[in-house]
Amino acid sequence: MDEKELLKIQNIEMKLLIEAISLKYGYDYSDYTKSHLKRRLIRRMSLENYTSITQLTEKVLYDKDMFEQVFWDLSINVTEMFRFPKFFKDLREHVIPILKTYPTINIWHAGCSTGEEVLSTAILLEEEDLLNRTTIYATDINKKVLETAKEGIYSIDNIKKWTKNYQESGGVKSFSDYYTAKYDHVIFDSNLLENVTFLEHNLVTDQKFIDTNLIICRNVMIYFNVKLQRKVINLFEESLIPSGFLGIGSKESLNTSSTDSKFINVTTDTKIYKKHVGY
Amino acid sequence: MNKKAIVIGVSAGGIEALKIVLNKLRINMDYAIIIVIHINNKGRGLANIFGDINQFIVKEACDKENVSEGTIYFAPPNYHLSIEEDYTFSLSIEEKVNYSRPSVDVLFNSAAEVYMDDLVGIILTGANSDGEIGLKRVSELGGKCIVQDPKEAFFDTMPLAAIKSVENCKVIKLSEINKFINELGD
Repeated sequence: MDEKELLKIQNIEMKLLIEAISLKYGYDYSDYTKSHLKRRLIRRMSLENYTSITQLTEKVLYDKDMFEQVFWDLSINVTEMFRFPKFFKDLREHVIPILKTYPTINIWHAGCSTGEEVLSTAILLEEEDLLNRTTIYATDINKKVLETAKEGIYSIDNIKKWTKNYQESGGVKSFSDYYTAKYDHVIFDSNLLENVTFLEHNLVTDQKFIDTNLIICRNVMIYFNVKLQRKVINLFEESLIPSGFLGIGSKESLNTSSTDSKFINVTTDTKIYKKHVGY
Repeated sequence: MNKKAIVIGVSAGGIEALKIVLNKLRINMDYAIIIVIHINNKGRGLANIFGDINQFIVKEACDKENVSEGTIYFAPPNYHLSIEEDYTFSLSIEEKVNYSRPSVDVLFNSAAEVYMDDLVGIILTGANSDGEIGLKRVSELGGKCIVQDPKEAFFDTMPLAAIKSVENCKVIKLSEINKFINELGD
């Protein structure tokens, strides 16, 4: 059979696998970007030495462990502390002064993965004397990454990069004040996570659960198609208080020029937006 | 009319090579040109360098942006760039492929499956073998494959790996690649 015919079949097999996961396990990936799904699933297929996606589908249906594996494959957990330091610098300069005017503050980290960015935000709030009146809701679709996030323990290999990021983000202390090094790990000060609530939340299916002053959701929506992106942005809009802030990844964008946009730009390169008032 | 694209993968020595390949391209091209280059450019960078050498729009590809003909796109540093079935870009920060992010293989594989016969894959100078699998996929699905003559390349690892994986690819010099692109569709 020629490659074009095989590709057609493979694309059908992909759809069937996505449908199978949804019917059996209740996770709906149909509005994730196709190229991403395909790359991850084909990778899993070859690692397992399967010759077709259909073989993977069969295994996923009958063996929960294989589903867990695929679920893990589809959740991208590449993150770091103070990733894209200018984002945190801009938070400090443009968002923190407004947050300071509220007696209590809610922040939602959507798709927080293993928690590095949550800790970064907590450090920033601590330095701005806001941590004790803030509750951070850190959510992810994946229970396992939330367990890591709760612990606040990371490999020491990252520290050099993270220290540099911290400094570039406008950090005012020595980064090592926030952690203790032990063998090949660093353990972050548990006070930083005291006001953090970790919750399982699926942006595809779950609803609003909080009124919030700031939502941070960076490099999560790149895995969603336009339809799902719109749905998630609506969820964020509902969850933000008037004049609340939304921070997304530097290569993502909200179409603020469209007439029905509920957001205005606060910064451009770091993609911080503010919810319109007057609706 | 079918949408068409040229994908280019290049690594070490890439800026100088691209300056020749993209020099003074015909402006009424009905191809989009999409480029993965493995260099750590800081901000603005690439679009500025190449905006000056022809009249194309030269920009960094954005997530979910439509791929338009007559435009030169660069993958943003630190993101994989893919093409979706509806001819839009998507970005990803998943792990590096061939020690690279962006990876040539990721772009070429996804573009091959969308454009099929209407794709040209081009591999230029580079010191690793990223692109080897992607160019093979371009060829399998009917696209044209071009590789810079390794004798001329600043680093020959990438062109040699590509030639090994695609036997019937066209192996030519940078100036001839430039000419080839200009004559596409004639």
